[in-house]
Amino acid sequence: MRLPWAPAANEKDRREMLRRIGVDDAMELYKDIPREIVLEKPPGIGFGRQLSEWELRRIVDSMLRKNKVYTDPPPFLGGSVCFHTIPAVVDAIVSRSEFYTAYTPYQPEINQGLLQAFFEYQSLIADLLEMDVVNVSMYDWSTAAAEAILAAMRVTRRRKVVVAGNIHPERMDVVKTWLLGKNASIQIVDFCRETGRVDLEQLGNIVDNNTAAVYVEVPNFFGVIEDSVDAIAEAAHKRKALFIVGVEPLSLGIVRPPGSYGADIVVGDAQPLGLGLNYGGPYLGIFAMRWDRKLVRQMPGRLIGLTKTIDGKEYGFTMILQTREQHIRREKATSNITSNEALMAVAAAAYIVLLGGGGLRELARSIWLRSHYAAKRLAELEGVESPLFNGEFFKEFVARFPKPYHTIHKMLLEKGVLGGLPLADKPPLMDYYSALFCVTEAHSMKDIDKLVEAIGEAL
Amino acid sequence: MIPRARGSWRQARWNEPLVYELGSPNNSGFICPYSNEDAELERVLSTTPEEKLGRMLRDRAPEIPGLSEIEVTRHFMRLSQMSYGVDVGPVPLGSCTMKYNPKISEDIARDPRIRYLHPYQDPDTVQGLLEMLYLLERWLAELTGMDRCSLQTPAGAAGELAGALMIRKYFMDRGEDRDEMLIPDSAHGTNPASAAMAGFKVVRIPTSENGTVDMEALDAALSERTAGIMLTNPNTLGIFEDRILEIADKLHSIGALLYYDGANLNGIMGIVRPGDMGFDIIHLNIHKTFGAPHGGGGPGAGVVCARGELVDYLPRPLIAKKGNRYYWDYECEKCIGRIRMFYGNIVPLIKAFIYIAMLGGDGLREAAIQSVINTNYFIALIRGVDGYDLPYDPKRPRKHELVLSAKPLKQETGVTAEDVAKALLDRGLHAPTIYFPLIVDEALMIEFTESEPRRQIEEYAAALREIAREARHNPSAFKQLPKNTSVGRLDNVYANHPRSVTPTFRILRRRLQGEQLSL
Repeated sequence: MRLPWAPAANEKDRREMLRRIGVDDAMELYKDIPREIVLEKPPGIGFGRQLSEWELRRIVDSMLRKNKVYTDPPPFLGGSVCFHTIPAVVDAIVSRSEFYTAYTPYQPEINQGLLQAFFEYQSLIADLLEMDVVNVSMYDWSTAAAEAILAAMRVTRRRKVVVAGNIHPERMDVVKTWLLGKNASIQIVDFCRETGRVDLEQLGNIVDNNTAAVYVEVPNFFGVIEDSVDAIAEAAHKRKALFIVGVEPLSLGIVRPPGSYGADIVVGDAQPLGLGLNYGGPYLGIFAMRWDRKLVRQMPGRLIGLTKTIDGKEYGFTMILQTREQHIRREKATSNITSNEALMAVAAAAYIVLLGGGGLRELARSIWLRSHYAAKRLAELEGVESPLFNGEFFKEFVARFPKPYHTIHKMLLEKGVLGGLPLADKPPLMDYYSALFCVTEAHSMKDIDKLVEAIGEAL
Repeated sequence: MIPRARGSWRQARWNEPLVYELGSPNNSGFICPYSNEDAELERVLSTTPEEKLGRMLRDRAPEIPGLSEIEVTRHFMRLSQMSYGVDVGPVPLGSCTMKYNPKISEDIARDPRIRYLHPYQDPDTVQGLLEMLYLLERWLAELTGMDRCSLQTPAGAAGELAGALMIRKYFMDRGEDRDEMLIPDSAHGTNPASAAMAGFKVVRIPTSENGTVDMEALDAALSERTAGIMLTNPNTLGIFEDRILEIADKLHSIGALLYYDGANLNGIMGIVRPGDMGFDIIHLNIHKTFGAPHGGGGPGAGVVCARGELVDYLPRPLIAKKGNRYYWDYECEKCIGRIRMFYGNIVPLIKAFIYIAMLGGDGLREAAIQSVINTNYFIALIRGVDGYDLPYDPKRPRKHELVLSAKPLKQETGVTAEDVAKALLDRGLHAPTIYFPLIVDEALMIEFTESEPRRQIEEYAAALREIAREARHNPSAFKQLPKNTSVGRLDNVYANHPRSVTPTFRILRRRLQGEQLSL
């Protein structure tokens, strides 16, 4: 059969290649496989036969037609992932096939471009966070948080982990899964029902000399910005525990960067920085550390560094501190991570420099204004508490309605409006009447008015 | 034929500055949407973020350079020209399965009906996508002889971690205290790393003279502490573990489990299935075997599959169907929970769907066969070339990959596997994986996949032959290679030295400002 992506699989080449190998039939190359498990014929998977591009396109199109895309207005769904605009130039760059068809640059001399782009990503994120060392990527925010906690356990040789109870529930789940084999004790700190912020006093009481790390998110699951970060850092550091902070990177255009308040490790997701929604992935887990030998030696993942040519005449880039990694250190490695989300790092780098520091501030400001406008407008509706928490927020906020939110949500969908995230089944709130809204630069005042109007009609 | 100069390949060399040297924080190529409304918004809200954020206000904009759109485009375009992927030439990195990435997949992956879908959208509004994922799961389970698969794991290593945690939880639930994981010395480094992350002690199993698991050593290692074995088959030498059924029996008879590392599946897909070999849990590398690109290091996608009662332990949610409706099944009585947020790396998964849909079962099998023919054709071309040998049973056919040793060349000329790699780069050919597996000295681990045209395989063999010849004439010249790439050979000592290691521009800036920074 003709295989478009296997050019030598034609009769003539095959015959000549097999002759050179010295066998008559290709199956002789498989004769060492026990006969009883060799399949007589391949499984009938796919659509029962080979498909041309055109046939495939039509099948896929018939499926994708069943998906509903919301762009007018853009989705108001929150939950750590939000609808953002993506500049076309970002797509153009990651569509360069020298980038996307490359492997991890084990041979640096032939992949300087890729390596420089990674180094720039690391550097730009470092300046956004005001942290010193950033790796090429983790899978997403949740696995970055899990890896940060594992790293803290290795650095401190302690097993207790203190986690804010208002972090994203799926991240909480992921952390628990990743710690399954580590005999760790995870202690969850309550949050204040008025502000939505972590209970500082309780946190102070729980952190002790066995604590490896304190993990909080800024903003937290409710979109609320923790404002006692200096006190939390102090509580952690007093007991020689590490302070791990999860951040939404765009917020840092106007919100204090974690490096300025004593974070030892910072994690987050670069999804807002020019990555598509794509129904949950790929995104990009941000992972950063302070400049500290003990910390950085425990860093998971790929790191790119600046170096020189052996003749000392030129600069170049290469993977560094590889002795931390699985291909060298095996079971003593800091992590098993190999493939990461590198191409997304190129996208994020392009996005960040297109905006620049000033553009990032402008954008963060605009998101702040729009999300506050939405919260205020919703509060004008009879019986709606918006925002539910009075702690200052960024981009996402919880609103509580006088009737179960899922009925409202359904009515919004009928009007083509993808509303907030129903929180009925989402810890830690688990409230039938509440939803988590996300408002970004993609939403005009008119879009927001439309949402408020539609909700008003649904009440 | 038009005559061309020999060795005339040159990679682009732009001396491209860092973005920090190109832009300034006041520049931007971005127009913020609806910025005309900002004044109105401030008026309506009668406040500003500066006022409300209080002590959490960032005092000034981040120190990040901004560039205009044309500058961004040119910068990254130039960087792309100093990069090398499968679309440029062969990247025969062993165990990496660098096959061609069909353009149709790239095209479809950008469809707004995938791209604009929010992970928390109601399942009824994403039925088309869920249908694709449902079919993909069925196909992958069928292809590997497993019962169910979780699409959640974002990479092969994450699949391994999930698998190791599943084994851990399985024995925890049974009240059995098994803490040892057996791993051959030829295994990928991720196997021991994953086992250790799941809390296992790693027991190393040596390789026998014929390149497969040493059965005596395996027998000696088995005990009531054995939780399982992590194997790849074919192994990293490209050799099929022909006693796999015996191995499975041995493990199962003492109640232990078998984990399959799917990195090396490419040469056997549609021919033999891990499930039929006796494996209980497996992972697949979507970005290797199923045509999704590697992206310079990711994103890839893993898929972890299980048989029998191990299905209960798979990460959740699983894709499911009731009547004509697709949905996510979160039911998790015994499962290990979530390995990441949401459902998986959807884009590479869609590309795998397309790859399998277009090839069908027959096409996958033919692709596997061609990849094995390519491997053995290359062996036939390189056999007898002085300087390289094929350790471990050289007569035996290899599958997806082969491992040459450049030890004879090194002994004769001092030219190492690394030097050979750099000499290949200098010819515009990407090097193989070097110094792996660890059981082969001066290893050159080569995997062409089904994608390489015959002519390209011949060119690669000719290049290795020529390199061996040149090594005898002028070995010292090799230490200066490569010369034709964007930059010459890089200094790893400088790169990693505590006083010069520079992972970010921030560190460089601080050093330039006179700080003594050592790591």
